Amino acid sequence: MITINLNKVDVKVEEGSTILETCKFYSIPIPTLCYHEGLSPGGACRLCIVEVGTPENFKVASSCTYPVREGLVVRTHTKRIIEIRKMLIELLVALCPSSKTIQDLASEYAVTHVRFKPKNKDCVLCGLCVRMCAEQMDAKAIGFVGRGINREITTAFDVKSDVCRTCGACMYICPTCQMRCQGPEPSGVLCNSCLNISYPCVDVHNQVMCYMDPCGACLLKESEEKKKVVSSK
Amino acid sequence: MNKIKNIDELGKIKTEIIKNLSPETPCIIISCGTCGQARGALKIVEAFRDAIKKLETIQELPIQLRITGCHGFCEVEPNIIIEPEGIFYVKLKPEDAEIIIKETIINKKIIDRLLYVDPVTGKKIAYKKDIPFYKYQNQLISGNNSLIDPTKIDDYIAIDGYKGLAKVLTDMSPEDVISEGKKSGLRGRGGAGFPTGLKWEICRASKGETKYVICNADEGDPGAYMDRSLLEGNPHSIIEGIIIGAYAIGAKEGIVYARNEYPLAVKNVGIAIEKAREYGFLGKNIFGTDFSFDIKIVKGAGAFVCGEETALIASIEGKRGEPQQRPPFPAQKGLWGKPTNINNVETWANVPVIINKGADLYSKIGIGRSKGTKIFSLVGKINNTGLVEVPMGIPLREIVYDIGGGIPKGKKFKAVQTGGPSGGCIPAELLDLPVDYDKLTEVGSIMGSGGMIVMDENTCMVDIAKYFLNFLRDESCGKCLSCREGLDRMYEILNDITEGHGTMEQLNLLEELAPVVKEASMCGLGQTASNPVLSTLRYFRDEYEAHIKSKKCPAGVCKALIEYSIDPEKCTGCTACVKACPQEAIIGEKKKPHKINQNECIKCGACKDICKFDAIKVE
Ligand SMILES: Cc1cc2nc3c(=O)[nH]c(=O)nc-3n(C[C@H](O)[C@H](O)[C@H](O)COP(=O)(O)O)c2cc1C
Ligand code: FES
Repeated sequence: MITINLNKVDVKVEEGSTILETCKFYSIPIPTLCYHEGLSPGGACRLCIVEVGTPENFKVASSCTYPVREGLVVRTHTKRIIEIRKMLIELLVALCPSSKTIQDLASEYAVTHVRFKPKNKDCVLCGLCVRMCAEQMDAKAIGFVGRGINREITTAFDVKSDVCRTCGACMYICPTCQMRCQGPEPSGVLCNSCLNISYPCVDVHNQVMCYMDPCGACLLKESEEKKKVVSSK
Repeated sequence: MNKIKNIDELGKIKTEIIKNLSPETPCIIISCGTCGQARGALKIVEAFRDAIKKLETIQELPIQLRITGCHGFCEVEPNIIIEPEGIFYVKLKPEDAEIIIKETIINKKIIDRLLYVDPVTGKKIAYKKDIPFYKYQNQLISGNNSLIDPTKIDDYIAIDGYKGLAKVLTDMSPEDVISEGKKSGLRGRGGAGFPTGLKWEICRASKGETKYVICNADEGDPGAYMDRSLLEGNPHSIIEGIIIGAYAIGAKEGIVYARNEYPLAVKNVGIAIEKAREYGFLGKNIFGTDFSFDIKIVKGAGAFVCGEETALIASIEGKRGEPQQRPPFPAQKGLWGKPTNINNVETWANVPVIINKGADLYSKIGIGRSKGTKIFSLVGKINNTGLVEVPMGIPLREIVYDIGGGIPKGKKFKAVQTGGPSGGCIPAELLDLPVDYDKLTEVGSIMGSGGMIVMDENTCMVDIAKYFLNFLRDESCGKCLSCREGLDRMYEILNDITEGHGTMEQLNLLEELAPVVKEASMCGLGQTASNPVLSTLRYFRDEYEAHIKSKKCPAGVCKALIEYSIDPEKCTGCTACVKACPQEAIIGEKKKPHKINQNECIKCGACKDICKFDAIKVE
C-alpha cells in the first residue's frame, strides 16, 4: 500500500492501480466515456482528467491511464479541470448530439450551450468497441484506420471480417448507440432535461472537492451576501 | 580490413590516411545532399568527371573531387568549394565544369560570373570564409559536412573521427561519460530540450539487463531538414555519438529510426554502419574491450506524430504510431518493455564533439541553461535560405539580418515562426530576443527541432495559423478527443474568419478552446498544437479583428476579403496583365488604363506579378 494525497486528504491505495481506480474506490465521481472496468484504459476521451503533481506545479493528466506512486498529489475538481471538462463535453455534444450518454454528461456537468456547428456523427472514436473486440472477445475484427481527422473505426480493408462472430459486444459497449430520450432526430442539439445545477463551490474553493455535492450552500451564501450588498446600497 | 583494437592503432591508421592526402592538391568539393541533387548537383559531378578525363589527356592534372553532403547554403545550390584556397562558386551549370578546371585550377584565375553576390551590399565575394552567411556562423557540428565524403570512413577518421569513442572506451567509466554529458549542459535538440546527461543517468539507473538506445531521425516538421543534412553528410558522427551513449547507459543494441522519405540519409547511414562494423567500431568487443554494441536501421512511414518518442517506440514494435501515457517513461519501460533512451540526431552528433573538446570548453559556447550550438533551417521570406548553425543565445536579429541577409525585395520583416508546426510566431518587436530554450518558451514559442520560418509584410497571420492547424489536424494521431476535435474546431473557426464570416464570439471561443487543447491532450503534439494560434493572437490580435470587424485582410492574402483593382494613374495600358490573366477578366483599350471585371476575377495575383508599373492594387 502506498499513500497519495487526493483532494487534500491522504489516502492509502494499492500499488499499481490508476488514479481513476483510486477515485472510484473512494467514491469520488470522475466522468468517463472511454473507460470500462473490464478493458485496458484508452485515454481517448480525456474527460477523466485530473491535476497531478506537486503543490507548486500541477499538470493535467488523464486519471484512467495514470499510475499512482508514493506521495503523488491529485486534485480532481478544480476550477481549471471543470472548465476543461465542460469544453470537452461541448465538443462531444457537437460531434454526436444523438447519444444519450453524452447528453447525460452535458446535463450532469451543466453544459448549457453548444457553440460549435453540429457534426451529427455516429461515432466519437472512444475505442471501447475496438478494445472489447480484442480483449474480451479475442477477435480483433475491428480497429482504427487513418489518423487525425480521418481516423475511423472499421474492419480490415473495409470488407466484412472473417473473424467477426457478430457477437454484438461492440454495440453493447458503445456509448453512442443508445439514442437520447427524444429519439434520433431531436429538435435542438442539447437536451438538458436532466440538468443538474453546476458546481457552485468551485469559484469559492478552487482546491477541494465538496463532498456534499451538490448542496448549493455556497450559492445560497453568495446570494445572501449579494443581497446584503444591494440592501446596504 | 582488420578490426581496430586500440587507440594506438586508430592513431596509426589516421596518420596513414593523412599521409596519402596532400593538402596542396586542388580539391573540388561538391555539395550533394538531397537539396543539392534536386538542383542538379549530380549532373555537375558528372560534368567534372568528364572534364577531368578529357583534360587529363592533354596534361597531368592532380585534382581531387569530393562529393559531400549539404554545405547548408541552399539558396545558391549547386555550389562548390575549391580547396586549398576556399573559393566558393554558386549556382553552377554542367557547362561550367570544364571552364572552372581550365581557368581556376590551371590558370589560378577566379571566374567572376560564378561568384556569390551579397544581396545586402551587391558586392561579389570570392572566398567562402568572407561570405556573411558563413562568416557569422559557428559550424561546430555541420561544418564537417564539407570536409568529408560521407561514404568514406577514412575521411571521418582523418578529422579525428572515432577518437572520442576510443578515449571513452579506454579511459572513461560509464559514470564519467554521464558526468561529462551533464557538465557540458547539452540539452536535447529534438524538441523538449531535456538535459541529455540526466536522461542517460536515469536510463542507466533503470533496472534491467537489456537496454536500448534509439536515434530519432523522424524529422517530420515541414521545412526542417537539419537532421537530414547530418544523416546524409556526416553519418559517422551520429553513429559515434550513439555508441558513446550506449556505453554510458549500458545498452547493447541501438536503432536509428529514419523516415523512408529520406532515401539518401538511409543509404548513407547504412553504408556508415557497415563500414564502422568493418573497422570494429560496432560489433563484439569494440576496441578490444568487453563492450559490445550494434546498430540497425528501422524505416518509418513518415508520420509527424511518430517523432514523438512513445509513438516512435510503438512504430518500431510494429504497432500503430500512437503516443502512450507517460509515466512510465521510455527510460523505465520503452521498446519491448525495456529501458530505452531516445535522442535526436543532432543531439547524438554533439556527443563526440563534447568528448573531444571536453565538457568545460563545450559549455563555454552558448548562454544560461542553453549550451552549445544549434542548427536552424532558415526558410521563408529570407534572402539566404539554408541551414545555419549558431551558438545558443544569439539574437534573432543576427540570424535574420547578418546571416540571413534580410528580407528579399526590401520588404518589411513581420514575424519569425520557430519550432516547427507547433511553434509560435515571434513579432518584429522581439527581434533582439536571444535564441535559447527558455527565452523562446517565455514568448510563447518553442525551440522545437529548429525550424525557422521568416515572414514578411505580405504574410497574413490568421492564414499562417490556419495553415499550421491544417497540418496538425491531419498529422495528429487522432486518439485524444481534445486534440482531434479541438484542432478541427479551431481550424473551422479560423477558416470562417479568413472567409469573412467570422464573429467576435467565435474569436472568444477560439481563445477558450486553445488552452483546453493544450492542457487536456496527452502527448506533445496536442500540448503544443495551439501555439501558432495563441502566439498570433497574442501579438497580432488586431489582424484577427480586422478580418472579423472590417472584413479586411491587412496583408492582402485571404481571397474572400480582398479585391484586385487597377490604379488608372499608374496603368500604361501595356496589356501585359491582359495576357497573364487566366480568366480574361481584364478589359480595356491598348495604351489606356485597364479595368478588372470583379465577377470574373479569381484573385490569383497573376496580374500583380507581371505588372511592371505597380499599378495593381490589392485591398
Ligand atoms: C509531435 C512530436 C513530433 C516530434 N518529432 C520529432 C522529430 O521529428 N525528431 C526528433 O528528434 N524529435 C521529435 N520529437 C521529440 C521527441 O519526442 C523526443 O523528445 C526527442 O526525440 C528526444 O530527444 P532529445 O532529448 O535528444 O531531444 C517530437 C515530439 C512530438 C511531440
Ligand atoms: S476515461 Fe480516461 S480518457 Fe476517457
